[in-house]
Amino acid sequence: MAKIFIYPTNSLILSDLVERFGHKPLAMMEKIREKITTVGVDSPPINITPEDPKLGLKYAAVEVPAGVRGRMSIVGPQIDEAEAAIIVLDSASAFGCMGCARTNELTKFLARQKDIPRLEVKYPRTEEEGKDFVYQIAEFLKSLPNEEDEE
Amino acid sequence: MSGEDVDEITKIVVIDSDSVLPSDAAMKIYESDVDITIKETCFGTMVTGPRDSVEKVVAEVRALDPNHVFVKQRGFPPGDERRCRASRGGGPRPGFHYLRTEVASLPIISRALDEYETYNPSEKEESPDKISPSKLKDIIESEL
Repeated sequence: MAKIFIYPTNSLILSDLVERFGHKPLAMMEKIREKITTVGVDSPPINITPEDPKLGLKYAAVEVPAGVRGRMSIVGPQIDEAEAAIIVLDSASAFGCMGCARTNELTKFLARQKDIPRLEVKYPRTEEEGKDFVYQIAEFLKSLPNEEDEE
Repeated sequence: MSGEDVDEITKIVVIDSDSVLPSDAAMKIYESDVDITIKETCFGTMVTGPRDSVEKVVAEVRALDPNHVFVKQRGFPPGDERRCRASRGGGPRPGFHYLRTEVASLPIISRALDEYETYNPSEKEESPDKISPSKLKDIIESEL
């Protein structure tokens, strides 16, 4: 079971497909759960601790907005932890908690920089594209080592 | 819910099936003999509880129609004041728009999963090559 970094990091489709084909998705939701169950995080907009922007300094310079660093403090460690990555481009709605274009660019950049197996596909818009999308992701996930036997 | 150290998670179960309705999934969850909380929503259900129980129940629901039931983890539990519309004065919760966009494309993904085993991209019909100008010219000038 490999740890797969997914982008968009809160994607239902990617998270489901990764689990379906026997791997562990490194998704934003898991990290958010860890954060909100930690004492000291109150409510929006105070939903990060003072430590988070400092942690984000590892991934983004001090000049960038604190929001980018705050987001990178969650996303960055996931990229570090990842053993493979699936990046889906052309996401029609990268907003909400994904709503920072610079963070998204930085996330994709760091995932591409890392020397791990990587698959880049586009969001499907037609039936045919959908089949290609699922086929590529499934074949990519099947090609990754499944370490379950070794444990 | 006994100790504080219980590993509680929330999972969103999204149903995109002709044969399984969100209410069927909810009934399946109600029937299960585990200590969990569920909330029915317009796109499926949210299941909260200890990790093992939630994963067991979610696996049962997924088994109803494997290629048409999608699951992801959610960070906040249902009704959490930081996300709940009741305490935030209405409006969609953060993250809803993205989920709605993805739910709209689930039929494509479901059908692709149905056909995944038989799908062979190499058999796809190749689009014909562009015709060269000289050949096109020959065709135009040829006698019919």
